[in-house]
Amino acid sequence: MMIQIKINKRLHGSNADMTLDVDLSIKEGSFIALTGQSGSGKTTLLRILAGLEEADGVIKVGEDIWQEESLKIPTQKRHIGFVFQDYALFENMSVLQNLLFVSKDRDLAFKLLEMTELTQLESRMPNTLSGGQKQRVSLCRAMMSRPKLLLMDEPLSALDVEMRNRLQREILALHKEFNTTTILVSHDPSEIYKLADRVVVLSQGKIVKDGRVKEILRQTEGSQKFSFRGELLDIIKADVVFIAVVSIGQQIVEVVLDEEEMKSFKIGDEVQVSTKAFAPTLSKV
Amino acid sequence: MIEILQTLDYEPFILSFKLASLTTLILFLISLPLSWYLSQTSSKAKPFIEALTALPIVLPPSVLGFYILVVFSQNSPLGAFFEDVFGVQLVFTFTGLVVASCFYSLPFMVQPLQGGFESINKNMLEASYISGKSKLETIFRVALPNMKPALLTALIVTFAHTVGEFGVVLMVGGSIPGETKVASVAIYEMVEIMDYSMAHVYSGIMIVMSFSVLLSVYTFNKHHNKRFGL
Repeated sequence: MMIQIKINKRLHGSNADMTLDVDLSIKEGSFIALTGQSGSGKTTLLRILAGLEEADGVIKVGEDIWQEESLKIPTQKRHIGFVFQDYALFENMSVLQNLLFVSKDRDLAFKLLEMTELTQLESRMPNTLSGGQKQRVSLCRAMMSRPKLLLMDEPLSALDVEMRNRLQREILALHKEFNTTTILVSHDPSEIYKLADRVVVLSQGKIVKDGRVKEILRQTEGSQKFSFRGELLDIIKADVVFIAVVSIGQQIVEVVLDEEEMKSFKIGDEVQVSTKAFAPTLSKV
Repeated sequence: MIEILQTLDYEPFILSFKLASLTTLILFLISLPLSWYLSQTSSKAKPFIEALTALPIVLPPSVLGFYILVVFSQNSPLGAFFEDVFGVQLVFTFTGLVVASCFYSLPFMVQPLQGGFESINKNMLEASYISGKSKLETIFRVALPNMKPALLTALIVTFAHTVGEFGVVLMVGGSIPGETKVASVAIYEMVEIMDYSMAHVYSGIMIVMSFSVLLSVYTFNKHHNKRFGL
């Protein structure tokens, strides 16, 4: 089974109008990461696939046609799973009721709760849960329809690192268990590396990169160079040299600059920290 | 005091509450689709519909009463139609009062409901569609249970407002005992014939009842908001 997407939609973005123009074929069971700057059309693409937004073009899932010219299958009949960034749980229902709302399959509901270690919380109301717990419920709810296609819109970006790692493992386990095709919108390279087998990069509504994770994420191909992008937080004068404080991901590093170099930077610049590493060493933390 | 209450003619009160209950029920059924539409649409017609439904708040009741009287009278096409087809007379009858009240109290039902629907996280509604549920099922199982304070406010304020209406009722219904003579009209008549002691009793009852109704709404909303951490 292949999923074929060929859609076109004019978007009125915050910066400028642009056209979302995407032509994608996705193999069954694959895990796709959709990435790109905010406003590049990632969320809109997911919403079009879910049938929550209109667009011109064709969407085919195996033999089923979800959209073609005048025909459009409503969201309700697509049987997809969707995980929102803000969880979007039904606040008036308990954890278990949230799952059973999708389908009356109690065995499946308990199996999912067990897989995500939520069994203890089945009768709790959503507003008593932590963010991580809410997102696990939301993930379980999305699997209740045994979806062919699972769509996730930055599901983990509001969670801390530990909870993120845990949910990443659970997402992967569910993806394999149910043999779904998954599309994940994410900004986090380590998350993409761990979960996805293919990355699609959107920019201004167009696909600018599409390929295997390792090829796309490794920005400095084969040059034996360590290179990290970061933000210049501060420049401190220390005797005759200057020290640039740069944040890279969750870490702060310091790089020594001379006066001439210092002049070409200002605080807030996006910078690249790199070094030729002839013999990089790896040690366990 | 007890003697007065025992011999009191309760018919105007019963009539007021019958009128308010029916009006609230009918308006709920009408306003549900209307307020849902207003909360979800981005159509250019929205402000026009909103202004139109809010009109009874700002218009003097006499203006509304006058037009309803004109439109409902047997001389008008609509009045004649109801008379011929359903055998229903709309002026100076209880049925006419219900219809007039529905116009008069419409904004008090529509506005809280619309506000409630608008306050619901859109993703929650979309999650329901994705779960395979129709719009109707989503409204009843997801939207309404998550906006109980707004729902309660809409129902109670509509009810209370209908009990409290006077101008429209007097113009469209007149003051026929047992048919259109509701509590507010009865009090007006008592003041006209200078029966102040009865006017006091009737007015006192109205104040006590209205206050307890409003108090219970605010108490419920306070508890509800606390429970949901709002």
